[in-house]
Amino acid sequence: MSHHLLEFKDVRFRYPDGTEALKGVTFLITHGESVGIVGANGAGKSTLLLHMNGHLLPTSGAVTVGEVPLGMDTRPEIRRKVGVVFQNPDDQLFMPTVFDDVAFGPLNLGLPPDRVRERVHEALRQVGALALADKPPHHLSGGEKSAVAIATVIAMKPDILVMDEPAASLDPKSRRSVIGILNSFHHSKIVASHDLDLILDVCARCLVIRDGAIVADGPAEEILSDATLLAENNLELPLTLQGRPAKQ
Amino acid sequence: MSFEAAYSGLGRLDRLSYRDTMIHRLDPRAKVVATMLFAVAVVSFPRYEILSLLPFFLFPVLIGAAGDIPAGFIARKVVAVSPFAIFVGMLNPLFDSAVVAIAPGVSVSAGWVSFASILVKFALTISAALLLVATTSFPGICRGLRRLGLPALFVSQLLFLYRYLFVLLEEAMRVVRAREMRSFGKRGAGARVFVRVVGTLFLRTVERAERIYGAMLARGFRGEVPSMRQETLRTSDVVFVAAAGGFFALCRFVPVPQTIGRLIRGLAG
Repeated sequence: MSHHLLEFKDVRFRYPDGTEALKGVTFLITHGESVGIVGANGAGKSTLLLHMNGHLLPTSGAVTVGEVPLGMDTRPEIRRKVGVVFQNPDDQLFMPTVFDDVAFGPLNLGLPPDRVRERVHEALRQVGALALADKPPHHLSGGEKSAVAIATVIAMKPDILVMDEPAASLDPKSRRSVIGILNSFHHSKIVASHDLDLILDVCARCLVIRDGAIVADGPAEEILSDATLLAENNLELPLTLQGRPAKQ
Repeated sequence: MSFEAAYSGLGRLDRLSYRDTMIHRLDPRAKVVATMLFAVAVVSFPRYEILSLLPFFLFPVLIGAAGDIPAGFIARKVVAVSPFAIFVGMLNPLFDSAVVAIAPGVSVSAGWVSFASILVKFALTISAALLLVATTSFPGICRGLRRLGLPALFVSQLLFLYRYLFVLLEEAMRVVRAREMRSFGKRGAGARVFVRVVGTLFLRTVERAERIYGAMLARGFRGEVPSMRQETLRTSDVVFVAAAGGFFALCRFVPVPQTIGRLIRGLAG
């Protein structure tokens, strides 16, 4: 199904202050793929994600989602196809109640109220947060906020789900439940994270980005077990692949 | 009052609004309109009026009692913001020195009377406003204002104010704590540091606003915050507004305390 394609072709991006954050990024993600994006701090992960729904536009090169090339005028259409969950749920949840927040996207898509209600219930059930519908976001725990933030995006039924550090600062149980939520989403998904175990659990493929360019692209298990490659990128083997060294 | 105490007081005000009482169940529009009528009636009294204002206290007292809102909590909040009213009125006794008799044998300068009138009006309007917030969820108030015709832009501003007030306060609290932890005695607690703390908070807020706007655009925001809640006015809402409006009109146009006094004197005599 070609409308779930995401293609970057020699994408370059320079911030107004002159920093060149992306230096020719090329990759193709096809339908149903789950792709992890890893790299050191400042390697360009966030800039890359911001291009996926047109929050930033490439200085040169092309981003294509489905058949639609990303440009000023196609951004609304691209945003319908690509749902982005930002890193800090407090930035993602801006409405007074959980229900209103999850309904925000579907209402903006112009759906009638009863369809919106259905979508909200479905999305909240999928992340196991149906009971929180009437709560204000500032009374939720960190794990609950993360789950609801994901629901706000899946309620729009995007073709591609993009996530920036979905489990940062969550306790292990909440992190585990976020991983469960991600695995229950069967469309294409793209996850940027330093949590390499999470990537290993959720993604089949992995891209390594360094200094604004892709330096490795392959099966996640292969890339995430390459200790040298990881070390070169300020990363280390996922904990599940490390033998626990004996205490001195 | 310390920063953290002020913060928890605000949180408490917010939590009170989730209760479920007769008053909480009224349509937000009914409560907004009644509170506005109340404020207009109170403020419209001439500057030397005190006695005729007193019956108005019945409104906040009844709302507070029926809405199960602790009176002491509201009273403390009123006192906490009273410096504003005190500053507004404190020069009256100096400038307005005409002497008036307030009781047989007791006379004071007219300025004191108008000062007292300001304080009474202040206590009335602020307690009514606090009770409105304590008995109505803030989003409810916003929806009410929107449906009463307030422009969408102002309503979204208010909604964001509510949503991010707590986030911002928590951020401020973290910065204040971090400063306290590393400042000993007077060092590090001065105005210069304070200015920088405020600057840091401002920059963080701008950055956060950008991220939020990005998140909104990502979900199709085009200028108006949509809402799908349809509230309809019920009989109880209409009765509430009519009763409140009638009571305010009575107190405004009939000098109730004086009339009661005359009645009692009439009965006694």
